[in-house]
Amino acid sequence: MNAPTAPLSPYSSAVGKSNIEVHTLSVLVDNEPGVLARVVGLFSGRGYNIESLTVAEVAHAEHLSRITIVTSGTPEAIEQIGHQLERLVPIHKVTDLTLRGGAVERELAMIKVAGKGACRDEALRLADAFRARVIDASIESFVFELTGNVGKIDQFIDLMRPIGLVEVARTGVAAISRGPNPI
Amino acid sequence: MSNLLTGAEMVVRALQDQGVDTIFGYPGGAVLPIYDALFHQDQIKHVLVRHEQGAAHAAEGFARSSGKVGVLLVTSGPGATNAITGLTDALMDSIPLVCITGQVPTHLIGSDAFQECDTVGITRHCTKHNYLVRQIDDLARILHEAFYVAQNGRPGPVVIDIPKDVQFAIGAYSGPHKIEHKTYKPKLEGDADKIAQAVALMAGAKRPIFYTGGGIINSGLEASLLLRELVGLTGFPVTSTLMGLGAYPASGENWLGMLGMHGTFEANNAMHDCDLMIAIGARFDDRITGRLDAFSPGSKKIHVDIDPSSINKNVKVDLGIIGDCAHVLRQMIDLFRAKKISIESAALARWWTQIDKWRARKSLSFKASNEVIKPQYAVQRLYELTKGRDAYITTEVGQHQMWAAQHYHFEEPNRWMTSGGLGTMGYGLPAAIGAQMAHPGALVIDIAGEASILMNMQELSTAAQYRLPVKIFILNNEYMGMVRQWQELLHGGRYSESYSEALPDFVKLAEAYGAHGIRCSDPAKLDEAILEMIDTPRTVMFDCIVDKTENCLPMIPSGKAHNEMILPDQDDDIGTVIDASGKMLV
Repeated sequence: MNAPTAPLSPYSSAVGKSNIEVHTLSVLVDNEPGVLARVVGLFSGRGYNIESLTVAEVAHAEHLSRITIVTSGTPEAIEQIGHQLERLVPIHKVTDLTLRGGAVERELAMIKVAGKGACRDEALRLADAFRARVIDASIESFVFELTGNVGKIDQFIDLMRPIGLVEVARTGVAAISRGPNPI
Repeated sequence: MSNLLTGAEMVVRALQDQGVDTIFGYPGGAVLPIYDALFHQDQIKHVLVRHEQGAAHAAEGFARSSGKVGVLLVTSGPGATNAITGLTDALMDSIPLVCITGQVPTHLIGSDAFQECDTVGITRHCTKHNYLVRQIDDLARILHEAFYVAQNGRPGPVVIDIPKDVQFAIGAYSGPHKIEHKTYKPKLEGDADKIAQAVALMAGAKRPIFYTGGGIINSGLEASLLLRELVGLTGFPVTSTLMGLGAYPASGENWLGMLGMHGTFEANNAMHDCDLMIAIGARFDDRITGRLDAFSPGSKKIHVDIDPSSINKNVKVDLGIIGDCAHVLRQMIDLFRAKKISIESAALARWWTQIDKWRARKSLSFKASNEVIKPQYAVQRLYELTKGRDAYITTEVGQHQMWAAQHYHFEEPNRWMTSGGLGTMGYGLPAAIGAQMAHPGALVIDIAGEASILMNMQELSTAAQYRLPVKIFILNNEYMGMVRQWQELLHGGRYSESYSEALPDFVKLAEAYGAHGIRCSDPAKLDEAILEMIDTPRTVMFDCIVDKTENCLPMIPSGKAHNEMILPDQDDDIGTVIDASGKMLV
């Protein structure tokens, strides 16, 4: 018998693997117990990626929370993620801010840097350039607070590494559409 | 109008107000108050199963054969975890269930109390939605909302977890009202312009096919009638998934038989070569599509589904229409009629000529025998001898299931109950019990395998208790036949653990349960034995000894396309047809 030639992948998802995009989704949900577990469980159960996730109540009287998820995948996978989220009963609305375009995204980070002498001066100089604020200081350390897009924060952290980076706490991305209208 | 009730009384009252007449369940510590409330009424009949998995499958069988919501009542901890397989089965096959579970009292939640488990945590992934009722004030609303969620949109199972103190607490009950759910509002009508595009595509199609699924059954009887009307109007061929059998009658002249892994040659080749595929209430499951990158390469695809996430999930379609099958079919028919649209009849005639050539291949044929009962022959005889008796058929999972789908022919929807998506061995007997409860006078038959039936054999005791005349027709080949077939396909015929050792004597086992047992191994005596089974007004277990080596064909081997089927006359060397990447698939 002839050895069979290797077929193309039987899975369509393997076809567009190079076609990975990063999208930011805004999800309005009922603020009830377990709703975050439903969202996160959907991502893990179906093998989707979460790059970052933030959640907080945004309308107390209506019990509404807003979840901002940054995810990556092929355009088809990201379309699926939106539909799968919409299937969850406590979800009001799913908006793909990346697809819509024109959204602002911000993340807050707290960055602890330790060092003495010239390192301290350099850290402060760079913090000033990045408009990071000092929110705690000791003889041999600073904690900086920095708000910005993900790239800016990544860059600042990279710069702090040789100076004496100790640890980082990041909130993940919050995002909102530009202009007068809600999502 | 509202009045004061205990939580347990509210549960029973809400079930009554929802029109529930039958529930399946098993008592335990954390649901005793609800069982006490049941004791004080006679409107709802409770069926005591022997294992909570049986309750879930029985509720599924009840739901699928009646079009109503199936209800089960189980206790906390093991009661809930035993129901998980049935809930997952219902989720995969879109069956509306409401599962009420008891829970330890709220002040003990999280303390690892006796028979405590995190029911809402565990069932989050295997339900459409679930609720933990923390206070009595929420209970009535949640009970009615659960019925709404279970049956609206794409149906599915819903769990309501009720702590024991909430069952004792007293609160105000409010009855069901028209629910305007704040977030869950499925779309029923299809977009008018998409309907128009779909009809235009159908009018211009030269090689069209309807590919229909369980969504048509779920949509209700009207959807099946409308499908028949649209098929009649267009003259297009129609095939169906396992779950959709009965929506279009098997005796209809446009019927190609089931498609997919064990579908007919004509259905699969027509899917492969069509120029227009109209998928209605089907979800392009891997058992249907075969190798995805070779799936129906030359066709435009229309996909009608109530669940937006079904569209473009596995197969990219050209026109996705979100809506309920019955609504969309009605819209299509209305447009066909209103615009007096004509189809490409000359091209369609050529298409039928091609289809007839595929049909002539007789892909469901098998080598007849006078020595041994062929399993296909057994199903054929069962069909012929039960024809016209309004039979309801359930199955377990495996070869017998596929033979039943191939050789038992369905004229009506809701007559065929099988575990499609999850493939749950042990589904058929409890599902038959559920179907028999919904249709007390009907002939209900579980077509089973000798391995599957042992998975929920305890439910024979339930059938005996309620004097349910269900028939269990076991195709006994002493193997987990589908496992054995795949071991031939993939693993050189090394039958690792697939032989059914130490089988019980099914006739004596039936008698031990108070049922009637029949055994037959002679093709010449089969008809007589089947008639004895049908005519016995009690639970019957029929041990039909069949050919031990028969394989279920035709078959699209894993990793292959629709036009690469193994046909019954090519089964001599099935160990060589699947290549390395196909072996990786399930």
